[in-house]
Amino acid sequence: MKDLLKRNKNAAVSYSIVIVLFIVLSIMSGAGLLGRKYTALLVPVCCYIVAAIGLNMNVGISGELNLGQAGFMSLGAFTAVIVAGALNFHGVTAPALVMLICIVCGTVVAGFLGWLMSIPVLKLEGDYLAIVTLAFGQIIVNIINNIYLGIDENGLHFSFVNNTIQMQEDGNLLISGPMGATGVNTVSTFTAGFILVMISLIIVYHLMNSRNGRAIMACRDNRIAASTVGINAVAEKTLAFVVSAALGGAAGALYGMNYSSFAATKFDFNLSILILVYVVLGGLGNMTGTIIATTLLVVLPEVLRFLSIYRMLIYAIVLIVIMIVTNNQAIRLRLKNLRMKNGGRGKGKEVSGNG
Amino acid sequence: MADEKRKPVLEVQDLGIDFGGLTAVNDLNMKIYPEQIDGLIGPNGAGKTTVFNMLTKVYQPTRGKIFLEGQDMEKLNPVQASQAGIARTFQNIRLFYNMSVIDNVKTGMHNHISYNNFDAIFRTGRFRRGEKQAEEKARELLEIFHLSEYADLTAGNLPYGQQRRLEIARAMATEPKLLLLDEPAAGMNPQETEELMAMIRTVRDHFKIAILLIEHDMQLVMQICEHITVLNYGMLLAEGTPQEIQNNPEVIKAYIGD
Repeated sequence: MKDLLKRNKNAAVSYSIVIVLFIVLSIMSGAGLLGRKYTALLVPVCCYIVAAIGLNMNVGISGELNLGQAGFMSLGAFTAVIVAGALNFHGVTAPALVMLICIVCGTVVAGFLGWLMSIPVLKLEGDYLAIVTLAFGQIIVNIINNIYLGIDENGLHFSFVNNTIQMQEDGNLLISGPMGATGVNTVSTFTAGFILVMISLIIVYHLMNSRNGRAIMACRDNRIAASTVGINAVAEKTLAFVVSAALGGAAGALYGMNYSSFAATKFDFNLSILILVYVVLGGLGNMTGTIIATTLLVVLPEVLRFLSIYRMLIYAIVLIVIMIVTNNQAIRLRLKNLRMKNGGRGKGKEVSGNG
Repeated sequence: MADEKRKPVLEVQDLGIDFGGLTAVNDLNMKIYPEQIDGLIGPNGAGKTTVFNMLTKVYQPTRGKIFLEGQDMEKLNPVQASQAGIARTFQNIRLFYNMSVIDNVKTGMHNHISYNNFDAIFRTGRFRRGEKQAEEKARELLEIFHLSEYADLTAGNLPYGQQRRLEIARAMATEPKLLLLDEPAAGMNPQETEELMAMIRTVRDHFKIAILLIEHDMQLVMQICEHITVLNYGMLLAEGTPQEIQNNPEVIKAYIGD
C-alpha cells in the first residue's frame, strides 16, 4: 500500500503544482500584473507542457528516443485548423465546443498516424529508431508545407505544391502552402490549456501505474526478461508511442487555435529538440520535473530579453549550468537529505550495494 | 522416477541446435515430471544454458521436439512460451532494475491481470479489483521469498542474494508449470545457498510445479535434486538419481578427466 501511496503522491504533487500555477497565473493576468508578453505565453506554455508530458511517456517511460514530436504537433495543429474552418463554415462558432472538437480531432489524427508510423519505427532500436522518427517528423512538416486547402459550399478543396484551388465567393482558404494556416479563429484560452494539461497528466499517470505501464517500463529495463514473463515488447512500445503522438497532437491543436496564422515550419526540428530538452531537463519519467522545466525554459528567453543580442548565449549557459547542477551526485544527495529531513520519510532500510 | 502412470510436464525428443557449422546440442531426450526437482549439470560449455534458451524459445531448435503437457511448442515465440507455462531466471540476473521490488513481481503477473487501458485511465471497478488482487498476490510471493521488507525498494538497490530471490519470485508470478533456474546459487555464500535450497523446496511444495535447475554447486544439486541429467559436449551423458550420477564412472571422467 505504501508503494501505491508513494506513486499517488508523485501524481498529487504534479496535480497540485499545475493547479496552483493556474490559479496564481489566472489571478495575476486578471489583475493585469502579467505583462503582455507573459500573458501571450500562457497558452504556449500549456502546449509545450502537454507535448513534453507525451514525449516523456515515450522517452522516459518507454526509453525510446523520439526526435519527431514537433511533427505530431503540426499534425494536430493543422487538423485543428481544418476542422475549425469546416465548423466555422457551417456556423458552429461556440468557442468551447470548437476547441473541444478540434482538440479531439487533432489527438485522434496524430494518434492514428503515430500508430501507423510505429509499425516501421518499432522494428528498430536505439539510435536508428531516433533517426527514423526524426525523418518522419521532417516529412510531415514538409508535406504540410506544400498543402493548399480551402472550403466553400461545395466542400473541401485541396491541391498539392501549387495553388490551383478555385472556390466560390464565400470560400475560405484554410491552409496556403508555405504561408501555413491563415484566418484561424483564436479560441484557445489559458483555461482550456490548463484542462488539457490536467487531462494529459491524469492519462499518463494512470497508464504508468497500470498493468501496461509496468510492462512498458519492464521492456525499457530489460527487454529479454520482459519477454520471458510473457510481455510483448512491440505491443507495449506501440502503446507508449501512440500515447506520445496523440498528446503531441492535442498540444498542437491547442497551439494552432492560439494564433490567427502560423506556418508549418514553426514545427521544425528545433521544436522537437526543444521539447526533448524540456523532458531531459525535467527528468526522464518525471512528470513534475517536466512541467517545471518546460515552464522555466519557455519563460526564460523572455526574462532574458534585456540582454538583447547576448540573450541566447546566456540562455544556453543557464541551460548548461542547470544540467550540470541537477546531474551532480553531491548536490543531488544534499537535496535528498534535505527532503528527508523535511518529509521525515526516512528510509531505515536503505541498502548499499548495487547490481 | 520413471513412473509410467505420471505424465511428464515437459518432454524433449531428439532436441538439437546448430550455430553455423557448430552443433551445440544434439540428440537430447529428457522427461520432467510434475512436482519434481530436476538438475541439469555438466562441465562448462556443455550446452546447459542453450537447452534453457531452446525450452524458452529464445533459440529455435534445429532438430527435435519439445512438448509441454503434450502440446508441441515448435511454433511458439518466447512470449508465448511464457504464456504456455515456462518461466525462467537468468545466469546473469535480469531484473527490471529501475522498478520497485513489488512492481517487478506484479510485472510477472502481466497476463493474469485482466483489465484494459480504458479501465486503467478511468480507474474503473475492474481496474481496482485487478490491482487489488495483483497487490495481494505480489505481497504473498514476497512473503514466501522473504522479500517483504524490501517491497518498495528499487530492484537495482537490492543486495545480490535478494536479487536472485526476486528473480525467482517474478518468474513464479507468471504461474508457470515448469520453472527453469539458471545457476540460482551462483555467487552466494554457503548460508545464502542453504536458504536458497529451502526456498526452492518451498516453491515446489507450495506451488506443486516442476523445477529444472542448472547448477555448478554439486552439494546443492545432490541435496535437492530428485533426478539429474548430465550433459557433455551438447550430448546426454547420463541421467538418474543423485546416487546413480555420483557413482557413474562416465560422469566422474567428464568432470575430473582421465
